[in-house]
Amino acid sequence: MKLLVATKRVVDFNVKVRVRADGSGVETANVKMSMNPFDEIAVEEAVRLKEKGIATEIVAVSCGPVGAQETLRTALALGADRAILVETSEDLQPLAVAKLLRAVVDREQPKMVILGKQAIDDDSNQTGQMLAALLDWPQATFASKVDIVGDSVTVKREIDGGLETIEMRLPAIVTTDLRLNEPRYATLPNIMKAKKKPLESLTPAALGVDVTPRLKTLKVVEPPKRKGGGRVADVKELVSKLRNEAKVLP
Amino acid sequence: MPVLVLAEHDHRSLKSSTLNALSAAQKLGGEVHVLVAGNDAGGAADAAAKVVGVAKVLLADAPQLAYPTAEAVAGVLLSLANSGSYTHFVAPATGFGKNVMPRVAAKLDVAQVSDVMAVESPDTFVRPIYAGNAFATVQATDAVKVLTIRTTAFDPAASGGATAPIERIDVAADDGVTKVVSQELTKTARPELGSARIIVSGGRGLGSGENFRMLEQLADKLNAAIGASRAAVDAGYVPNDYQVGQTGKIVAPDLYIAVGISGAIQHLAGMKDSKVIVAINKDPEAPIFQIADYGLVGDLFELIPALTAELG
Repeated sequence: MKLLVATKRVVDFNVKVRVRADGSGVETANVKMSMNPFDEIAVEEAVRLKEKGIATEIVAVSCGPVGAQETLRTALALGADRAILVETSEDLQPLAVAKLLRAVVDREQPKMVILGKQAIDDDSNQTGQMLAALLDWPQATFASKVDIVGDSVTVKREIDGGLETIEMRLPAIVTTDLRLNEPRYATLPNIMKAKKKPLESLTPAALGVDVTPRLKTLKVVEPPKRKGGGRVADVKELVSKLRNEAKVLP
Repeated sequence: MPVLVLAEHDHRSLKSSTLNALSAAQKLGGEVHVLVAGNDAGGAADAAAKVVGVAKVLLADAPQLAYPTAEAVAGVLLSLANSGSYTHFVAPATGFGKNVMPRVAAKLDVAQVSDVMAVESPDTFVRPIYAGNAFATVQATDAVKVLTIRTTAFDPAASGGATAPIERIDVAADDGVTKVVSQELTKTARPELGSARIIVSGGRGLGSGENFRMLEQLADKLNAAIGASRAAVDAGYVPNDYQVGQTGKIVAPDLYIAVGISGAIQHLAGMKDSKVIVAINKDPEAPIFQIADYGLVGDLFELIPALTAELG
């Protein structure tokens, strides 16, 4: 069974981003970039499925500027067999990415596509669901456990009130949530081997996809600063302040 | 230019998230309709019909919607998109709304704006990016807009208006591709985390699920909901639906008491809009103190029981 895993290169989760003073966006120049954490979980899940003998080939795909090659090399080092970069410097939004991924799915014919549930830069949480709709495939979002048996996949998903288990016929889309697995680290030997694994470069034009953005960003601003750092000496003072100053106690 | 709001409900009544979404929908300028998709969902439909500003309720009632899948709910929305003239499709940005709406947007070949915090005009919205460390104002250029609404950013719409008409609509047969096998829902008598006025939240510092009982006693005194950081959920102290944060629940209570929570960027993203923040932590350098209105440095195992006692 072939698996396709989608990955995105994003600002590292530890970075405290700064908003540009001119309102044009967030400062990303010279900032540490990494694979989106949820996509690391997706790659790990694919690799585990291969180790279990369920997946026979893992293809990692990323859509974005040429720097995304780094993310794909990481995926290869973690265990993907091949990588595809759909290269463009256009501002890619989820609908466009879903269309590009659909074109890749048409080419590669995987039985399952695993994506991170959201990218931690735009926090949209749309791409996996959109891809499923474009393909007319079933979806299981926010997965915390994935079990493939024959032609079906059973997914335990995190929902607002707890957990839900759903069963889907393959081919299907799964998006990962935090507790699906704990990703491994790429070992140095595997990082070296990854340099020799195939990485193919395509363009949106070659895939016949129009990636023109539909949402126009008018401005990006910092949220209002929250005044913090207040201290109280003890529990008595805390309760007194909550009651009389903040007035939030029932 | 009518607006269609997807209701979140438990068939018998509306969830509060629907009321926040309706508030946002009312700022879009068109007539507001509500879709209730469920099984034996007359109660939820009646409740929707009584919300001020709702012009019509559409009720899709069928056994296959008892435990609705994204595919089934999106299918109902799309059948209305084809026959109606909706300019906006709106849902709360809860796990439910997030699961369904992008399917609708993609089938309609339009963009979705996720987690709307403010409506500036029928096509211009403010939304958080980078874990809420930046706010982006975006303009949707498609003729149809699909939106999910950050519930904490809008007051709930009021009930008690004149009852709107309820129209039953057909539901397509289940295609059998996806089946909901089971659900494990956390049972609690506490207020819902997403809409609670007071939240007591525990982090890694609690050390065990047993120790969360200490927080429960405090929460009882305050009629509070219980929340948690990712670390506490990952460690198995509490179920996943307690998680507050960038990719968990977004909350904005009157009072958020963070106990044994260090204050990682991702946690702050979920609670920094709280009106008042209290932090209790033994590490004076913990980042949480930077946004706390009242910080108390000390051992939570002494301070929490003391706080509970002090509240009388």
